[in-house]
Amino acid sequence: MHQEAGEPPAGVYRRHLESGRLGFQRCAGCGAAVFYPRVVCPVCGSADLTWETSSGRGIVYATTAVYRREGDPYSVVLVDLEEGFRMMSRVESAPAEEVEIGARVTLRVDHEGDEPIPVFVLRDEER
Amino acid sequence: MSLRGKVAVVGVAESELGEVGTGFTPLDLIGQATHRALEDAGLGKSDVDGLFSASAYYHMPTLSVGEYLGIRPRYSDATSMGGSSFVSHLFHAAAAIDAGLCEVALITYGSTQLSGGGRLVTGSEADPYEAPYNPRYPVSMYALAASRHMHEYGTTREQLAEVAVAARGWAKLNPKAFMREDLTVEEVLSSRMVSSPLSVRDCCLVTDGGGAAIVTSAERARDLEVTPVYLLGAGEAHWHRNISQMPDLTVSAAAESGPRAYEMAGVGPEDVDAAMLYDAFTINTVLFLEDLGFCEKGEGGVFVSGGRISPGGELAVNTSGGGLSYNHPGMYGLLLIVEAVRQLRGECGDRQVPYANIALVHGNGGVLSSQVTAILGSESTL
Ligand SMILES: [Zn+2]
Repeated sequence: MHQEAGEPPAGVYRRHLESGRLGFQRCAGCGAAVFYPRVVCPVCGSADLTWETSSGRGIVYATTAVYRREGDPYSVVLVDLEEGFRMMSRVESAPAEEVEIGARVTLRVDHEGDEPIPVFVLRDEER
Repeated sequence: MSLRGKVAVVGVAESELGEVGTGFTPLDLIGQATHRALEDAGLGKSDVDGLFSASAYYHMPTLSVGEYLGIRPRYSDATSMGGSSFVSHLFHAAAAIDAGLCEVALITYGSTQLSGGGRLVTGSEADPYEAPYNPRYPVSMYALAASRHMHEYGTTREQLAEVAVAARGWAKLNPKAFMREDLTVEEVLSSRMVSSPLSVRDCCLVTDGGGAAIVTSAERARDLEVTPVYLLGAGEAHWHRNISQMPDLTVSAAAESGPRAYEMAGVGPEDVDAAMLYDAFTINTVLFLEDLGFCEKGEGGVFVSGGRISPGGELAVNTSGGGLSYNHPGMYGLLLIVEAVRQLRGECGDRQVPYANIALVHGNGGVLSSQVTAILGSESTL
């Protein structure tokens, strides 16, 4: 998907999510996968960024379980997507304390109200 | 052009610390600290012509501080990079003084976050790509880094706990430290989990506090009564703001700021008598010991074990008791400078490091984001 002139990167990203896909940018100048979306490549400085859709497959790079007064701790992770970018997310299909670095995960787009939220589930539990 | 030996810290002070009581403002603490630091230097407020500050309370901090204190600076710098800002101010003040843009610089900070509610006061905006997951800022970000260090290098929670225990050991020797009770590795491990693998005892205090430092040219410093502490070298670096953009969670930009400071100072880690490393969380100390060359990457956990950074250990680290046990008023960098200067002047009483001539001050800001290293030395090191 091409980024229309005048369309904000965050808007294109959101459109992807609303259709159940995780969008990221690929730099035509240096080939870097760029995430979060922006108007210039933070590696080489090129403004020639095109949108691609991630396979949604990734590996947990870092993990924490966040504790709260009531209820179970919840997951916060950094995931390395196979296209070569990293994002924060959570793993939903396992207790937060049991999420391990190196675990293979896959994307699921959740919704909180109107807000589409990219989350991950352990890949073995992929349906 | 090198700034080595061009400027000296000639006055340092804390404000009232700990829990100052409701009604006091951050500017009140800045006023206390500045008054004391000027007295320490033997200077008056009319001598100050350079003003440096950062704040989570005041959007234009040098304006607020200048107005409150009645200082009309000709050079003003409110560089804001989190807790490291004040070490950066020291660096920037040296450059400004060397360039003749000002002659006497005041660096100051204050926070009343404990009396004001007991939670970290932060002006940090939520990142839209991280906010949906509710990481607890900033502890979850440091927890992610700790998880990765444990995964790659086998660092253990026990080793992280050693950092907290060592800090407490120093705090017991510092009458101004906020927490001075005994602390064991077991107690750190069994304390309330906040964001795994970090428990509440892996996290810095939430206290009120403030500080001030007066910096001037080496030339002017020699005319003062006080023993000058010279800036030998400084360096800064930052590579990211948000933790999801940090290239490698086990390597901070201290790996660049440190070598820059060492190069300017003409010294290495082996020459450092005392290291003040911004310990907002136990993992910080481990990462900075590695990135600043006190040990190899991945060996920080082993390095801190067996009391090696405790009083009487191999390397004196965070001799005030650090952000973990002495004081952490939201941004802690200025208090690192205060302690380093006192060590080099030999004013630290029970916690004094014998024959301390070179101290390293390392500030961290954001979520392992900004890294600023300064190396200070006594007259004999010039
Ligand atoms: Zn590029």
